Amino acid sequence: MCGIAGIIYRDGGVHPIGDEMTRMLQSMKHRGPDSTGYALYGSAANGALVMRYKLADANTPRDFDFEHRLRRHRFEVESRLSALGARIHEVDEETPYAFRVSFDFDGDLKLLTDFVEDIPEAEVLSLGRALEIVKDLGDAETVHDQYGLSKFAGTHAIGHVRMATESEVDIAGAHPYWAYPYSDVAVVHNGQLTNYFMWRRRLERAGRRFMSECDSEIIAVYLAEEMSKGLSLEEAMHKSLDELDGVFTYIAVTKDELGVAKDELAAKPLVLYESDDLVALASEEIAIRAIVDHEISTYDPYEREVLVWKRGE
Amino acid sequence: MSEALVGERRITYDARGLAEPFAEVPKVSEIDGERARFDAKDLTTRQINLELRWLLYEQGVKEVDVLDPGSKHSLGVGILTRCRIRFHGSLGYFGCGLIDGPEVHITGRVGWSACENMMSGVVVVDGNAGSLTGAALRGGDVVVKGRVGARSGIDQKGGTILVSGSAGSMTGFMMQRGRIIVCGDVGPGLGDSMYDGTIYVGGKVKSLGIDCVPGEWTDADTELVERKFRIYGLGSPPELQKFVCGKQLYNYDSLEPAERKLVI
Repeated sequence: MCGIAGIIYRDGGVHPIGDEMTRMLQSMKHRGPDSTGYALYGSAANGALVMRYKLADANTPRDFDFEHRLRRHRFEVESRLSALGARIHEVDEETPYAFRVSFDFDGDLKLLTDFVEDIPEAEVLSLGRALEIVKDLGDAETVHDQYGLSKFAGTHAIGHVRMATESEVDIAGAHPYWAYPYSDVAVVHNGQLTNYFMWRRRLERAGRRFMSECDSEIIAVYLAEEMSKGLSLEEAMHKSLDELDGVFTYIAVTKDELGVAKDELAAKPLVLYESDDLVALASEEIAIRAIVDHEISTYDPYEREVLVWKRGE
Repeated sequence: MSEALVGERRITYDARGLAEPFAEVPKVSEIDGERARFDAKDLTTRQINLELRWLLYEQGVKEVDVLDPGSKHSLGVGILTRCRIRFHGSLGYFGCGLIDGPEVHITGRVGWSACENMMSGVVVVDGNAGSLTGAALRGGDVVVKGRVGARSGIDQKGGTILVSGSAGSMTGFMMQRGRIIVCGDVGPGLGDSMYDGTIYVGGKVKSLGIDCVPGEWTDADTELVERKFRIYGLGSPPELQKFVCGKQLYNYDSLEPAERKLVI
């Protein structure tokens, strides 16, 4: 089933989106209790890059060498960043196996990501000047507390609660997906893509890597690939309606925009609320009501609809 | 020898925290003769439905006001008695399904699958409705003053769905009987694979589904549409086009299965 949600503020200012997205996702826990994920967009005021990466999973077996291996790999990540010329500002240990590092770097992001992921068990969850992806096993409140999301303020966010059906219950299978190797693009998805393997082979031939067996990862990489050719987010999303088969509703975000697309059957739900202050959307209205405390008017977008909003507009 | 299983099984615990715990009737209503009202804000779905049943079946109440339903799912389902229920706010998924007799007024919107398998009665929604509104509707009237989502009236077997706004794709998909009136535009695949019944559309039709064809307007159509608009205070109906089943699909031919294979 799975549940997706998004929120973007029209004033362009920062808001407690970590707490707000948690309330939205927790209210849809029944749609997916296996894992929860957030793509949060903070202010990129100082221009530094932020990388979120993991070196293990919550359910990775804790063998005798586990902690020593984590320390060794973490040191290796920081060494490799420095070797490529990155100037590290700070490193936060969010959990024993997931880290947040901010740094200045003006080189090739794909090379940097590949170099980090060459370390055994390392996976870059997100990389960008505004984007931070946080995802882990359990419900929204569990992940919120684990990663201290109450302190996260930003302009827009998307989130996902997952009921695992076709791939493992692990962080790699959790949404959102970052659009490797493009910074600041992420996607959450509810549905199934039936031409997944064709697109995966096509994008792998173009040099893109996939960290999961989840079909949703295709959408993020597909959109970023199209945007790298000069299409806007909205144009890339319209194109995806013709090129991706299956039933889907997905929400895509960049550092400035948030968009939603529905397949031609409108087979997966999405409820939309727009006000002068914000746009909120979710698989169920009950999630929107978790952040708006007055009576609201909402509607379901129709088939083949693509809607995109810019922060601050 | 096999062990005999006796007793009632109740799910009281779910390791993933998904099952709503066993609930008792909250009995929070203010009751005044045959009228009652209660605030649903802090009640769960099961508590709200139990309260409704307690009022309607045990307290002799005929008219209930439910305040702040908060878009919770599956509210007002399975009510099988003549009564009036007003939801002051919005409902989530599966609202008012399987009802037989109530007159329901929802001042907000409803989510997917509202009035599914409804047998009789009236449901009026002041706002919008999600997809699958009136799925497998058997009888009664469903009136949506806003717009409805995709596949509304899917598998409809009777009754009337009246929509003041627009409707999404595959409206009336596999419809078998009954009527759908959409005053606005409809999406692609209108009446796809319908067996019978009638669909009226006031706006643009993006495309007709398989075996859905324009129908001939009769005085009975005028009488029906004007009566429904009058009953629900919707003013004068717009100019409507009528669509029916063309009965050209294979299930309407008289071929034996072996003969059909030859044709194919």
